[in-house]
Amino acid sequence: MGIPYSYSFRNLWTRRLTTVLTASGMALVVFVFAATLMLAEGLRKTLVDTGSYDNVVVIRKSAQTEVQSGIDRSQAAVVETQPEIAVEGGERLVAKEIVVLISLPKRGSGKPSNVIIRGVSATSLLMRPQVKVIEGRMPRPGSAEIMAGASIAKRFKGGGIGETLRFGMRDWTVVGIFEAGNTGFSSEIWGDVDQLMQAFRRPVYSSIIFKLRDPSEFVRVKERIEGDPRLTLEAKREITFYADQSQAMAKFLRILGITLTIIFSLGAVIGAMITMYAAVANRVTEIGTLRALGFQRGSILAAFILESLFLGLLGGVVGLFFASFMQLVTISTMNWQTFSELAFTFSLTPGIIGKSLIFSLVMGFVGGLLPAFRAARMNIVDALRAT
Amino acid sequence: MFILKLLIRNAFRHKLRTTLTIVGVAIAIVAFGLLRTLVDLWYAGVEASSASRLITRNAISLVFPLPISYKDRIRQVPGVKDVSWGNWFGGIYKDEKNFFPNFAVEPKSYLAMYPEYVIDPSQVKAFALDRKGCIVGRKTAERFGWKVGDQVTLRGTIFPGQWDFVIRGIYRGAQKNTDETQLFFHWDYLNETVKKTIARRADQVGFYMISLTKPEQAAEVSLAIDAIFKNSLAETLTETEKAFQMGFVSMTEAILVAIQIVSYVVIVIIMVVAANTMAMTARERIAEYATLKTLGFGAIHIAGVVFGESIVIAMIGGIAGVACTFPAAHWIETELSQFFPVFSIAPQTIVMDLAAALVVGVVAGIFPTWRGATIGIADGLRRIG
Repeated sequence: MGIPYSYSFRNLWTRRLTTVLTASGMALVVFVFAATLMLAEGLRKTLVDTGSYDNVVVIRKSAQTEVQSGIDRSQAAVVETQPEIAVEGGERLVAKEIVVLISLPKRGSGKPSNVIIRGVSATSLLMRPQVKVIEGRMPRPGSAEIMAGASIAKRFKGGGIGETLRFGMRDWTVVGIFEAGNTGFSSEIWGDVDQLMQAFRRPVYSSIIFKLRDPSEFVRVKERIEGDPRLTLEAKREITFYADQSQAMAKFLRILGITLTIIFSLGAVIGAMITMYAAVANRVTEIGTLRALGFQRGSILAAFILESLFLGLLGGVVGLFFASFMQLVTISTMNWQTFSELAFTFSLTPGIIGKSLIFSLVMGFVGGLLPAFRAARMNIVDALRAT
Repeated sequence: MFILKLLIRNAFRHKLRTTLTIVGVAIAIVAFGLLRTLVDLWYAGVEASSASRLITRNAISLVFPLPISYKDRIRQVPGVKDVSWGNWFGGIYKDEKNFFPNFAVEPKSYLAMYPEYVIDPSQVKAFALDRKGCIVGRKTAERFGWKVGDQVTLRGTIFPGQWDFVIRGIYRGAQKNTDETQLFFHWDYLNETVKKTIARRADQVGFYMISLTKPEQAAEVSLAIDAIFKNSLAETLTETEKAFQMGFVSMTEAILVAIQIVSYVVIVIIMVVAANTMAMTARERIAEYATLKTLGFGAIHIAGVVFGESIVIAMIGGIAGVACTFPAAHWIETELSQFFPVFSIAPQTIVMDLAAALVVGVVAGIFPTWRGATIGIADGLRRIG
């Protein structure tokens, strides 16, 4: 026969101030824990959505990013004629693109940041179904027109529709805004590839993207491209390509998250321990009475651990409640590897909710374990004698 | 003295609880100190750079080069003392994990511009004479066990190929915040090789370094340089080295802000824990306070005793935390040297640590102090706590 659950619960209610203090300490820890997980998840989502599994990116060997890569026209022609490339409506789904960085001032602060500008052709959009023009129109080929990703339009001077940007000795008019969901493309500017190559005086492409007619043929085409003596190129699946590009960022977030979680949870566990030890110390007589009534040591142990678990859960729920508001926040920062602006959001998933609640319960359990043992080990006579 | 003894004895009446609280405060202070240091690191590049050197780069962005022919035109600008140039090479030693910055520079003028790189004059000479020579920072040399005379091969990412260098010198930093992880080699070696492989990219530099005769003329000289190349194919953007480094910091500001917020959150968490401890302490001793009041001690006296106890607990934790920060920082410096070239605790960080501990003590003590001081004698004696 165990002690009723309400006993544990009502004990927390009796010492409201202490409960609130301990639970809010835990809530803060859970908040930080959930926020770092959400950030890492947001970054991962952005990357996964950016690439598609059946697209292949080809860049110069040992260039880690599109910006560093250069593919001259003769090599591009070889890649373009690979038989594995998908055909749609009589068009081969392959795009030769140029990617350069330009430094643009942010709205408000005026601080410059590096933005990717991508020279694209008509097929580029077909291969990236997540990119949709939401305002204005596509830039016309052969003209000094560009379209900006939604997050660029919002955050950078000259990125809004009808505004102009000046680079490469010309003025470029923004004629469209495109939305690309939660992807890296939202932080890019797109224009006509030939015009941009002219403007930047770069006679080479940066990368070639093509869609596979059958995703399983990737290995074959990769081997052919990388083994061709005429080519100094490497091929990657688009998904892998984007994941590799923010490895450093992902790793940094992961290490930071783990470190913070460990340090913070130590603090919170200590807080829970102090509270539970005090709860035990204050109720020595009560515990003695319960034992005298015939409750087993195990029941006492369970009651106190349960109380501590409640405490943790309370902190977890409150922390998660506040963490869920972080979804409204977008973090934009420079990705060290590509050297360009990357925007991603905090994203809350059921998995993170589960992890956070389990984490808060574990904190409660660890914090309550020793005090609960102390309560259970009490000698009945001594406990009843205590005032 | 007697008061302090009383406070400490009082604090340790509840050994376990107080010890736990002190440990908690110490952990929080360590975390706070390390996070503050991490924030300082962000600015390390800015701190280490000088305001009397200018950097000229392509106005579009850093990835675009400038023609080497600009060097003579820059030199003619009044106020310019000397011009040097270089390229970010971005080579990889064996594996991407082994990251360290490496540059192709004009050897003589570049080293002359950086007095903070302390290097033996004979090594400078050897480096200047050997076209394939390079010099590395002390930390990188130690990390890979390199000695003068060793051969090092880097894999180019921006300039394809395998590049061989011979280490001709190892430099030390004159100040604590000087970056001792970089590698420099001859820009000529890079250019000659590029001429053979990718001719269209030859005779281009990534940036010009400019030293000034009068540092206070930085703004005018920058404008004068940019005016020369206005409306050319490669327009320039000139700013002081400090501003240039600051640009990198502001690009990653979001992360910086997050770390700063978190460093304060950790203090808030521990504040809550400490406040909890003090609230319990005060609750248990209400009867005592009432007794003291009966004996004629005033509210001020009791307030001092409670408040002092809170401060004592927090400060012991704070001092313990500061003591643990150094070994922790040392561990980070040795284990994670590829991320943090320098990880040293600044004196102001220690001051911040102790200030944070004091704030924790003050905030935790306010409520119990007020309760202890204002308790009515009769109420206090009636309570059995």
